[in-house]
Amino acid sequence: MSTGPAAHFDVDRLLHDARTRIIVCCGSGGVGKTTTAAALALRAAEQGRSVVVLTIDPARRLAQSMGLSELDNTPRPVAGIDDARGGRLDAMMLDMKRTFDEIVEAHAAPEKARQILANPFYQALSSSFAGTQEYMAMEKLGQLRARDTWDLIVVDTPPSRSALDFLDAPERLGSFLDGRLIRLLAVPARAGGRAYVRMFQAGVGAVTGALTRILGGELLRDVQTFVTALDTMFGGFRDRAEQTYALLKRPDTAFVVVSTPEPDALREASYFVERLGGDAMPLAGLVLNRMHHGGPDGLSEHQATAAADRLDATREHRLAASLLRLHAANLSLAARDAHRAARLTAAHPTVPVTQVPALSIDVNNLGGLRQIAVELVARR
Amino acid sequence: MPVSDWEGVRLHIVTGKGGTGKTTVAAALALALAAGGHKVLLVEVEERQGLAQLFDVAPLPYQERKLAVARDGGDVFGLAVDPRQAMYEYLDMYYRLGRAGRALDRMGVVEFATTVAPGMRDVLLTGKTYEATRRRREDGEFVYDAVVLDAPPTGRITRFLSVNEAVTSLARVGPISRQATAITELISSPRTAVHVVTVLEEMPVQETADAVAHLDDAGIPVGAVVVNQVRRPLLRARDLAAARRGRLDRAAIEAGLRAAGLGRDTLVERLTSEAAAHADRVALEKRERATVAALDRPTYELPWLPDGVDLAGLYEMSAALTDQGAA
Repeated sequence: MSTGPAAHFDVDRLLHDARTRIIVCCGSGGVGKTTTAAALALRAAEQGRSVVVLTIDPARRLAQSMGLSELDNTPRPVAGIDDARGGRLDAMMLDMKRTFDEIVEAHAAPEKARQILANPFYQALSSSFAGTQEYMAMEKLGQLRARDTWDLIVVDTPPSRSALDFLDAPERLGSFLDGRLIRLLAVPARAGGRAYVRMFQAGVGAVTGALTRILGGELLRDVQTFVTALDTMFGGFRDRAEQTYALLKRPDTAFVVVSTPEPDALREASYFVERLGGDAMPLAGLVLNRMHHGGPDGLSEHQATAAADRLDATREHRLAASLLRLHAANLSLAARDAHRAARLTAAHPTVPVTQVPALSIDVNNLGGLRQIAVELVARR
Repeated sequence: MPVSDWEGVRLHIVTGKGGTGKTTVAAALALALAAGGHKVLLVEVEERQGLAQLFDVAPLPYQERKLAVARDGGDVFGLAVDPRQAMYEYLDMYYRLGRAGRALDRMGVVEFATTVAPGMRDVLLTGKTYEATRRRREDGEFVYDAVVLDAPPTGRITRFLSVNEAVTSLARVGPISRQATAITELISSPRTAVHVVTVLEEMPVQETADAVAHLDDAGIPVGAVVVNQVRRPLLRARDLAAARRGRLDRAAIEAGLRAAGLGRDTLVERLTSEAAAHADRVALEKRERATVAALDRPTYELPWLPDGVDLAGLYEMSAALTDQGAA
């Protein structure tokens, strides 16, 4: 059975549509998520929209090109964009710890906030917990949306173990905060603790005993202090995580899955497409980045190689022969990429796709981003 | 056979930016180290089953399984560490927590430790690697001659390897503190080397330089820089220079195409633009190679395998590593 060409992902239509309020770029590490997010944001801004791009971990020179000299958690205007159509572009880099601190400060009374911020366990959690970055990216997205300053937010996702972590982090933190463990840990320091003790009578002694053995009394006390302090903000945390998750399901959000034609990246992209479908999340389309393309001249790889062999046999025309070999190598790459991409599009025939060709240079300025954007919107 | 650059190193940690081929290089290094009758353990910690895919075997359980034989005898074993299983094993090994262990699970402690607690997951993953590196047979010899860890990518590597130090600042006394201190000692000792995989592009090379600096600052011994997916230029140096300036001899190309029986008008245009792109890329690779050289680490180059890496490709890469002194 043959499958038709994949549907075209009309990126300009997505960017022009005033109903598109959030674009989330996701995919595995190293596929060009950050660059894609920046290129989409720049194009939307230069076409007249008011845009903010939230980047998680940009390459240094790309960050510099957008005026992001340091991590400061505040959206700042990007200089050098074409604002003839009345658009603007702000950019910010996520500061995970500061975002966490700000939530604590917003939800706890000043004295309590000071206690939490000074707690060693909190300090470790807020700067190194696997998943904090994902959670804080979600939190920041929610905050930016709530400010209603921009009509489009483009967000890049963290370089996680799995691209799915971004979706799972809020749920995970929420279930932890709701879980029995946290209530158990909060017991000794809480006034109404006795009710909980009764509830968990069977397990409590053994568990706290075991925890004391493993963690040591001092660390356990740090954890308990932290948990008790967090107690007042539980509702705030969980509600916000749920709200942000709900935000991602709304039709004004668009997920853009980015992949390169490498097997690992394609596998991850496929998981992501399935997951978004399963959770009824709005998937706008797939960007196949760094694709090699053959020429329109109709010369096959085999013909190019054969011609180069004929020329080499004459010991003349070395330049033409080497160019033909280069052409053959490019055609071979193009065939390989097309074949790999076809496996993904055959498995997900309804997902619209756009392709960005492999560039021979690195993108690290606004000109380069514009060029990527032109490729993103091109119909092939 | 040349002498290895890494005599005395028992734990090889392989990192790199996403997409650079970190897992492939870790596997090739394990094969190279096993060659000649050695026993090497290849450990993955990212729950991706990357090793099973690479060696084309069924998904690995939390158990050491033989993956491949090396040149001149020698075995590579594989282990996919599952943090939850590692947690049970840890509790059992160090605390003999029978029923209390299960109670911990019911209360969500295992879930907490493996997904939410700061750094605990990384402690368990590095802890398991540490245990395998130090494990001895009954006769007192090490079970594995070397352990190769397919580690998290460059963006997270220093935090991952420093996690035990962070733990000792939280838990200053007690069994966790002792275990964490022992792991930190191994990781910062000359028995460990952290190799960074890159390709000749700006972002991966920049991340490599950043990772080397961060590891140095953290007192973790940096090993080699492995430059992966290296392509040879297909044009002579003077043709590359001319292509970049748009000054390739079009008349000569047209004559060559006619001689080859290819008379299409658009072809010259296409070939010269491909040559210019190729020349740009070669120039960029040259700049990035200079940046890698400035890092002043032993550097190995591995060829680009256009059809992807299969088992035959892995052996080819492992031979290239051996020839350059990696094993």
